[in-house]
Amino acid sequence: MADTLFAAWLIARKDLAIEFRTRSAFLSAAVFALLGLVIFYYSWDPTAVTATDLAPGVLWVIFTFSGLLGLHRSFGVEMEDHAIDGLLASPVSREAIFLGKAMANLVFVAAVQAIAIPALAVFYNLPLGGIAVPLVVIAVLAAIGLVAVGTLFSAMAVNTRLAELLLPMLALPFFVPIVTAAAQATAKLLSGRPVIEASAWLKLLLAFDIVFVAACMLIYPFTVED
Amino acid sequence: MSATISPSGPPIVEVAELARSFGSRPAVASVTFSLAAGECLALFGPNGAGKTTLLRVLAGLLRPTSGSAKVCGVQLPGGALARSRVGLISHHTMLYEALSPRENVAFAARLYGLRDSRARVDDVLRRMSMLERSDTPVRSLSRGMQQRVSIARAMVHAPQLVLADEPYSGLDESGARALTALLQELRSAGTAIIIVTHNLAEGLSLATHAAVMQRGKFVRYDAADRISAASYGIAYREAVAASG
Repeated sequence: MADTLFAAWLIARKDLAIEFRTRSAFLSAAVFALLGLVIFYYSWDPTAVTATDLAPGVLWVIFTFSGLLGLHRSFGVEMEDHAIDGLLASPVSREAIFLGKAMANLVFVAAVQAIAIPALAVFYNLPLGGIAVPLVVIAVLAAIGLVAVGTLFSAMAVNTRLAELLLPMLALPFFVPIVTAAAQATAKLLSGRPVIEASAWLKLLLAFDIVFVAACMLIYPFTVED
Repeated sequence: MSATISPSGPPIVEVAELARSFGSRPAVASVTFSLAAGECLALFGPNGAGKTTLLRVLAGLLRPTSGSAKVCGVQLPGGALARSRVGLISHHTMLYEALSPRENVAFAARLYGLRDSRARVDDVLRRMSMLERSDTPVRSLSRGMQQRVSIARAMVHAPQLVLADEPYSGLDESGARALTALLQELRSAGTAIIIVTHNLAEGLSLATHAAVMQRGKFVRYDAADRISAASYGIAYREAVAASG
């Protein structure tokens, strides 16, 4: 287990180093998230719907689609000169490759969230100070589930000609329960309800994370077998 | 035709009736051979003969359809233990373009469990004359330089079996000399080598065994004392002509 975690850490660190050098996926995702917020803001009629009703949906739609940009890049970087063969021919386990990719993707999604959540607060004039901690917990729990599913489908889609289309088509149906739970929990917090009222959704998110991470890690080796 | 020549020591590679198909199309069919430590098999054949597929099976990237293959006594697909003994040089460089040669080779070294790898990384980069460009991003290097880095990457963990698929492609004369010297040194140190090449002179200069592959099978297989460049030239040309 320690070897698997160490190998996963090596792979995650390598992926983050590449992303730090190129910044291609992060810039795309961050700009996409900010543009999405602007578009939603200008299409919003505050007399028809309140900010606290609209913001959770806006936030999680933006996270979902901006996250897909980074998830697509995740295995795309391995295809540049068949670097994936180097990984698969090395003695690290397939599970370590999946975990490493997922860890790097989690950092990526968290970085996009770190930009998008404050931006959301500014655009919609939401006082997040009192709910910052539970909101971060929701964001992290939801990100783990999204990343687990997205990493698996990124690995499956990357070898196809329509990878950019196939990834969202495969992943979005599995994102629905995670996004629903995250949006519902966020809505409870933004409407000033006590954290305990969101706890059922948080438990559901935690359950999704456990199931999705375990299932995706078990399935991943079959996606790279010939 | 398949043949087994008794190795002079414990076998590093043992392949028996190995076959690999893609759907209904056989890529490797009934191949049998063995290689001991310090031996080198030069594998010739036309495009599509199954040479790369055979190497990918031995590297643990493909599962055999039937037959058996062992690397260092481990039955394939043998998981991490078998893969840790193999160094693979592929058609593709398997490098990350945004990283430098040093970072690429150091990453590979750590994947293979070399904890304090700096000296070893520098050594293999020096051997391939890439130390001076070791901090330049790979994307800025020529194809030949990338191939040198790819070779350094495959050698960094001192593998017991080197699988080299057209390793001379893209290399200039000095790169080719460096590679030949490195492979000869590895052989002397007991590494078994399988080299796929279309250059008979390069392959035979290293080989203790040679084979010509056609439609997935060995149509010729000989030990060093029976290898003749002229007869292999004829066999190779016949195989290419037969493949159309």
